[in-house]
Amino acid sequence: MTTPSNDTERHDALVADIRSRFGDRLLDVDRSFGDCALIVDRAAVHDVLAYLKNERRFNLLMDIVGVDCMDLATYRERFELSYNLYSVPDDLRVRVEIAVPELEMDVPTATDLWKSANWAEREAFEMFGFNFVGHPCQKRLLTHHEFKGHPLRKDYPIMGGQWCTSTSDLMDELKESN
Amino acid sequence: MGIDQTLLPATKDEAGIITTRLDEVVKWGRKNSLWPLPFGTACCAIEFMGVVSSKFDISRFGAELVRFSPRQADLILVAGTINYKLAPVLKRIYDQMAEPKYVISMGACACSGGFYDNYATVQGIDQIIPVDVFIPGCPPRPEAILHAILKMQERIQKEPVTTQARPRRHEVVDKFKDN
Amino acid sequence: MSDKIDIKEFVPRAGETKPLYRSADFDHDVDPARDDFNEGLTLPDINTEPMYVNIGPTHPATHGTFRIYAKLDGETVEKAGVDIGYLHRGFEKIVETKQYGQVIPYTDRLNYCSGLTNNVAYCKAMERMMGLEVTPRTIAIRVIIMEIQRIMDHMICCGAAIVDIGALTNFWYFFNAREKLNDCLEALTGARLTYSYTRIGGLAWDLPAGWRDSLKAALKDVPPAIADVRGLVQKNRIFQDRTRGVGMINTEDAISYGWTGPCLRATGADLDLRKVRPYYGYETLDFDIPVGANGDAYDRVMVRIAEMEESLKIIRQMIDRVPDGPINVDDKRVTLPEKHKVHTSMESLINHFKLVIEGVQPPAGRIYDATETPNGELGFYIISDGSGHPYRIKVRPPCFYLMNTLKFLVEGGMVADIVAVLSGLNIIAGELDR
Repeated sequence: MTTPSNDTERHDALVADIRSRFGDRLLDVDRSFGDCALIVDRAAVHDVLAYLKNERRFNLLMDIVGVDCMDLATYRERFELSYNLYSVPDDLRVRVEIAVPELEMDVPTATDLWKSANWAEREAFEMFGFNFVGHPCQKRLLTHHEFKGHPLRKDYPIMGGQWCTSTSDLMDELKESN
Repeated sequence: MGIDQTLLPATKDEAGIITTRLDEVVKWGRKNSLWPLPFGTACCAIEFMGVVSSKFDISRFGAELVRFSPRQADLILVAGTINYKLAPVLKRIYDQMAEPKYVISMGACACSGGFYDNYATVQGIDQIIPVDVFIPGCPPRPEAILHAILKMQERIQKEPVTTQARPRRHEVVDKFKDN
Repeated sequence: MSDKIDIKEFVPRAGETKPLYRSADFDHDVDPARDDFNEGLTLPDINTEPMYVNIGPTHPATHGTFRIYAKLDGETVEKAGVDIGYLHRGFEKIVETKQYGQVIPYTDRLNYCSGLTNNVAYCKAMERMMGLEVTPRTIAIRVIIMEIQRIMDHMICCGAAIVDIGALTNFWYFFNAREKLNDCLEALTGARLTYSYTRIGGLAWDLPAGWRDSLKAALKDVPPAIADVRGLVQKNRIFQDRTRGVGMINTEDAISYGWTGPCLRATGADLDLRKVRPYYGYETLDFDIPVGANGDAYDRVMVRIAEMEESLKIIRQMIDRVPDGPINVDDKRVTLPEKHKVHTSMESLINHFKLVIEGVQPPAGRIYDATETPNGELGFYIISDGSGHPYRIKVRPPCFYLMNTLKFLVEGGMVADIVAVLSGLNIIAGELDR
């Protein structure tokens, strides 16, 4: 059984490993509250994720979180995407964060690494407008198909409800490729 | 037993003969055999399960025959939050119900959107379908649901029996014209 | 009677009102399982085009609002599409306008079958963010209420899962015991379903007098209920046929799909945060983690039933170990001062005013904290900008990822198996759609 106390050392070792492998593509490390967040270059995110999954046994993708940093005091770009990873064999957690500019929101998909990325990325797409390149079926998940806009963006009005007049069929999900 | 006073024979000597008006009998039968369709979406649906099960026992009021087909139900009990994605579904299910049909809106979310006043939640199902009884609470206690059933029965007893004679409850905003 | 049956006998032709089944001349000796049953049949009248079936969003067997669209070949599900979001209530948007303390009632309504667990999970994340150590008494009470909720959640899940397959009695067995436990929680919190009992740094109020005795009395009804249900289900041929080998998944796939909790443990993996990364003194308690073997619908129900017994063990150990002492941390940042001090001391008055008007203000930063809830890992990813309102709260709901898997579990199976698979997963629409 691992105790939280040696998390720090294992995170240190992980950060050193990532830094030696990816060099300056690891932009920053956030170690607040005992968590470990690797802030990496957007172009390298798929490589980092693949390395963490295949070599460092981070086999459980817990969550993909989009953030609109518009109102934050310090931020790199308007949007941020955060992958929450967990290693079941090692009992270790790590976050991988990337900054995404508003005008170019293409992010490589992680569905080839973890199957759980499918819906998580669809949610990030509809809530913030990230475009996951290579996603098998990127469409709205929680809001209805007539919904316009991305509701979790800070500039979306909180009362901006949109009436839905019909239900959609799901024929696009029944395609063979999906 | 819930039998209306007009149905009872005046004295014991007259036992065996009941004189009443036809519409009173129809209304009496109607109100004591409500078949609810639980349109349960959220937390309130769990509480509705509690009402149906043994302790609170909705069958004491003749409304225990839960139907999941709108064509077999005459009371739709909207239990839980209705959001914009579900709104056309609720409207369609209400339209599929045969007359006479009654609506109970259960819980704060169905009545007014509750504390979800945001882009996702319909701010009250009375924007979509006409509601007869509102139950406040988040979620309402089982007793409140039983109270609403009794209120519904009172209303049925008071209203005219035919659909044509019954006044339109109120104009519903027609948001689904295309359908 | 000949051995051969003309299939046309059973298929009504257009324009004829022929009954599908005639007992008078039906050949009772023909066993459909026999190999030569299908021999020589011609199927010109049977339509072999794929059929599209829509289930939901308010189908009774879904226990929540989501929709399954299936392409059927006969009774086999060829492809399935799953649509969710029919209970999307904008949790993550609306909490950005609330204070941190005001988020607690919203967490109740995520997994409304076990609201207290969500309360504790959220407060636990906030406390780690603010560096607070909750008092031993609060820890003990939180463990007890979390395990009560685990039992109650599994009761709803298993009861409803078995109802869907056709066994109604179990539901009443479980619900009667659940009502007793619910009465205890009602005495404690004043609510029946959405409790909002915890506070950041403690609890709303202390245990009422005699509560532990009434809990002990209520717990006595749980083992008989479990035994009754087990007796009806465990060796039941119908139940086994409907659930064994249905919706199977192996551990590797389950982890790739993001599974946690009892559904993952049903595949044989013993991942439970209470053991792997103990919090609240779970490491000092004696309990086991039940695991399944096949990862099918049967295992998922049985693991939950076994977990109820383990939770009972935990409660029985904790119930007499609740230490005396305060329930709220002594920290001006989160705990309101005592009322008499507010009336007499200026500092306490200001403290009270600031806490009510501005709310709890954690330091700027971001944190991810996970708790083992009845459904699996419930995570809160909280971003604070140092003000009294959360900048962003992202919930990591366990059944979001279970639901993502559903279409792959049901494809290739029978259409009736959709219900058996779905109910064992325990999808709670409130936390699925948030």
